[in-house]
Formats: sequence, C-alpha cells, structure tokens
Amino acid sequence: MEIVVCVKQVPDTTEVKIDPVTNTLIRQGVPSIVNPFDKNAVEAAIQLKEKHGGKVTVISMGPPQAKDALKECIAMGADEAILVSDRAFGGADTLATSYTLAAAIRKMGRVDMIICGKQAIDGDTAQVGPEMAEHLDIAQVTCVSKIDVAGQIVRLEREHDEGYEVIETQLPVLLTVLRSINEPRYPTVKGTMKSNRTVIPVWTADDMNVQPQYLGLKGSPTQVRRIFSPPQRVQGELIQADTAREAAIMLVKKLSEAKLV
Amino acid sequence: MKFELTEDQKVMQKMVREFAEKEVAPGASERDEKEEFSREIADAMGEMGFSGICFPEEYGGAGSDVMSYILAVEELCRVDSGVGVTLSATVSLCAWPIFAYGTEEQKQKYLAPLAEGRTLGAFGLTEPNAGTDAGSQQTVAVLQDDHYLLNGSKIFITNAGEAETYVVFAITDRSKGVKGITAFILEKGMPGFTFGKKERKMGIHSSITNELIFQDVKVPKENLLGKEGEGFKIAMSTLDGGRIGIAAQALGTAQAALEHAVKYSKERVQFGKPIASNQAIAFMIADMATKVEAARLLVYRAAYLKDQGKPYSKEAAMAKMYASDIAMEVTTDAVQIFGGYGYSREYPVEQLMRDAKITQIYEGTNQVQRMVISASVLK
Repeated sequence: MEIVVCVKQVPDTTEVKIDPVTNTLIRQGVPSIVNPFDKNAVEAAIQLKEKHGGKVTVISMGPPQAKDALKECIAMGADEAILVSDRAFGGADTLATSYTLAAAIRKMGRVDMIICGKQAIDGDTAQVGPEMAEHLDIAQVTCVSKIDVAGQIVRLEREHDEGYEVIETQLPVLLTVLRSINEPRYPTVKGTMKSNRTVIPVWTADDMNVQPQYLGLKGSPTQVRRIFSPPQRVQGELIQADTAREAAIMLVKKLSEAKLV
Repeated sequence: MKFELTEDQKVMQKMVREFAEKEVAPGASERDEKEEFSREIADAMGEMGFSGICFPEEYGGAGSDVMSYILAVEELCRVDSGVGVTLSATVSLCAWPIFAYGTEEQKQKYLAPLAEGRTLGAFGLTEPNAGTDAGSQQTVAVLQDDHYLLNGSKIFITNAGEAETYVVFAITDRSKGVKGITAFILEKGMPGFTFGKKERKMGIHSSITNELIFQDVKVPKENLLGKEGEGFKIAMSTLDGGRIGIAAQALGTAQAALEHAVKYSKERVQFGKPIASNQAIAFMIADMATKVEAARLLVYRAAYLKDQGKPYSKEAAMAKMYASDIAMEVTTDAVQIFGGYGYSREYPVEQLMRDAKITQIYEGTNQVQRMVISASVLK
C-alpha cells in the first residue's frame, strides 16, 4: 500500500506570538516541532505498513528547515520524505497550500491512502486535508480514530461529540486522524541515524504541474485582518432542577431578576 | 578546533532528551522514594536502541560514536541518574569488554542481544575485600575438563539480578598475582549462580545493586573472555571507558541541579524580590554554571579521544574526577539555594545531592583517579 502522510512543522508553543503589524506568526526563537496530530498520522501509516506492507512517504510544504520535521518522521519509521518548498509558495492560505500539496501528490503517481493530522496546532483550521481530497477528487473521512484495511475496502471509525460513525469506503482515500487514534512511537537510534543520512528531495513550483496564479499569497483568497486571543468568557451558570418545568421556572425568575425579560 | 556537536549528535541528544523528559522524568521521584528499579524503562531504552549506539551494525548496534552514547547517558541522568547508570553498566561495563576482547561467537551470542537492547548487562569485579585493591580477588575459577568451576561472591553490582549477561572476574592462578586473574562471561540462570540481598543505598535508587554468589558454577571454557590471566587488564581498560560514562552521569546530575537552582532562584521571592537578584545567590549560580560547563568540556573531550582511537585513560580519569567533584558541589549549592525547601523531599534537589555522591566513589574512587592522573603526568 502506498501511503502518503502530510505533516507540518509548527512552533513548539501553545501560546503562539503574533506579529501585530503583519498578522503572521513570529517563528524566531521558538523551537519547531512536528505538529502533534501529524505524528499520529505518521504512526497510523507505519502501523498500516507493518500490517499490510508497502511504503510510507512523508510530505511537507514549508521553508527549508521543515526538513527537520521530515527527518523526525523518517526516524520514526517512514520510508521516504519530500519537501515542497519554493518562495512562490510563501504566504499560502489553506486553499493554496492544499492546491500545492495535491499537485505534489499527483506527481508521486500511485497513492492508495493519504493521512493527515486533523489540524495543525498553530492555525487550527483543519482545512488543508479536506481541501486536498477535493483537489484530488478522492473520498475523504475526517476525525478518524480507527482504520481497518481489507483489500480495497477501508473501514473507519469517525469520532464526534456523541459517539462515532463506522464508515466504509474504497481506496484511494484521504483521512484526517485524531490524537486518540494511537500513541506515536519514539524515533529509534537506528532510525535517527538513517534519517540523518537520508537525502530529502526538494520539489519547487517548476517540478510540479501547477498554475502560478493558484500559488502562495497570490492564490490565497483568505485575507487575515487581525489575529488575537479572544477575551476569556465568564463561566455561565447551570440551572439544575428535577424537572424541566422547575428548571424553566427558575430560568424565567433569574431572567426577570436581571431585567432581561 | 570545533566546540560543537555534529548534526548526528545533536539529533541523538534531542531524541534522548525527549524520551527522558516524557518517559523517565515523571516517575523519577517515586522510584527514588520506593527504591524501585523499572524494567519497563530499561526495556523501552533497549527498544529505542540506546544500548547499541556506539557498537557496529554487524553486532546489532547503530554504528554511531561514543560521544552520542555519552550524550544519552548525560540526558538520562539529567532526569534520573539511576536509569542512566542502568544503561551505562550495560554498555560500558558489559557490552564493551565483550566487544573489545570477545571472540566472534561471543559477540554474536552476547554482544548482539545487549546492543539490540534485548538483554541487560553487569560487571562483577568488586568483592567485600577487593574494592580499590581490585587485585586481591577471592573468587576462584578452577579448570575442570571443558569448563571452569567458579566459587566466591561479588558485591555492589549494578544491574545484578536483572541482567542476563555478566562479565565476572576470578582468580585462575593465585601464584601470579594480578596476572592470575581471568575474565568470564556468565549467564543468569547458570546452576549455582545466585543473587544476594538488594543493597539499600544513599542514592541512585532507581538502579538495582546486588550481590553475585557463585557456588560451583560451571562456566563453559568458551565463555572465557580474552585469555587466562588477562582479566586484570580487561577490567582496567573497561573501567577506563566506563569512567567517561560515570563522568557523564555526574554531568547530567549537576546540570539538573543547576537548572533547578536557576528556576527556583528566579521564582522564590524574599524581601519583595526574587532571590536571584541578590548577588550572593547570583554569584553561586555563576560558579555552578561555570563548573558544569568546565566538566562538560572534559567529559566530551574524553569521549572525543576515545572516538578518535587516541589514548584517553588520563582524560577519562580527569573527566570522572572533576565532573563528580563538581556534581557534589553543585548539587549541595542547589540545596543551599533552595534553603529549607532544598532539604525537603518535596523538592527534587536533595535527591540530586544523594545521587551525586556515588559518582565520586564508584568506577574508581576519586582518589584512585588522582593516582591515575598523577602517575600519567609525573611519568
């Protein structure tokens, strides 16, 4: 099975600092890590390879230093990695990013499964994966917590607030996975040595079949006006009563006391 | 001259640090409190390949260098030195002499599983009456047909009882003095080979230390390590390398104490300001940081010399002596900076002080290191 995992290198902090002028992330001085959700995606891919054979290729779009993130995935057990990097890709929103990554995946030839983390911890959009599936015109299942493959059929558990759905689909498919799907393994010493020796090819815009107007800032309809931390919401009050009727009476009383009704 | 780790070494350091902080650090004080060895952690380190870092790939290793292994020991000891010494006893004291002196069959049979992290190793030299005077061994091995018959005992053996493979020293010819000492490879489970009581120690509680007892243990002739009479030489050269591991252990412990002291002195407010703003504390921190850095240079240089195939006996002794002496000083200063809280078991620095002490004693007391260094300098 040919599996592609899309990973993103993100700043290692939950409190990302924003440049107030440009509204972009300040990356300087912040150590970079592999987006935690993406490590689950890599782990899921390696487990599938161990069970069904095949190859795991990790791909990332980003600046040259994103190679470090790819190396870490190889140290975990991925077979190959490709960095998609070009100044022309700079300033890409999720649409331009997914367009570019989809073009890279098309160039790779046969791909049975694409696995992404549900979202990146810096942008939190959870859009790139689903958008890639649209560009590639293949099935997609998001928020996956379990994967079973039997031949060309994939059976998945898709988690949501009230439980999970069981979904069956055919390869090729794009999945986005949750943290709960697995516990990502640590890289081994041998894997680390291998990753240091691995040459990671860099694909630029010229290497792929892409239209320049869909790349980078030019291809990004999203305009960021302002990024800010929303003020913390005050804890609400929960009205508890034995019956709905009693609860309703208490609610109306409170609302009228507050002169809201 | 380059004072920087290679890319390989940096990645290895980062990898071990991540494992140490996520998997080893959380249970460290509990293991200290309960004097508990964790086979789970030892096995996890094995699976990740820590024991094989500096051995060639044909023997199950990763084919990296001594420096990377030393970095691993330092990082582990930064969070739990008992865990670090479990690794260094396996690698430096058991796997290394088999690698250096073993036959091809011995390497395949014993080194490969050690390097692959499937087994743990131990080293049996010290006896109740043969500590620094390692030559006055009482354990004897008598050749009978195709095997040696071993009788005697060893004390203070790290990994004893948990390890599957043991490098053990015994007298084969008492008339020859230290040239009558011979090294053997023993396996856990050999009839007559048992373990005594678990040692109750001041520190490094998460490592296991035990007695080895030999009662008519039949050791096959093919388990002779090196040649008959070479034991003392094997032991001494093993300890030369082992000292770099102990130096790295001391360094990791000192580094941890420094980090705790820096953090605490910035947070602890007395007289309305953090105590770090008092010069008395700030200068202590300056001295601690300088000592840790000086120790690091000595330790890394000894590892570098070993990697280069150059003589490192004196430098390893210097690194071990200095790093362990400053580990004791720096951990004591950290307790001082924490004040009353430093003496409390609720805070981590008293454990570091207890853990540091052993590094001045084992694998050659620091007095022995001074003998080694002075003999080399004055020759």
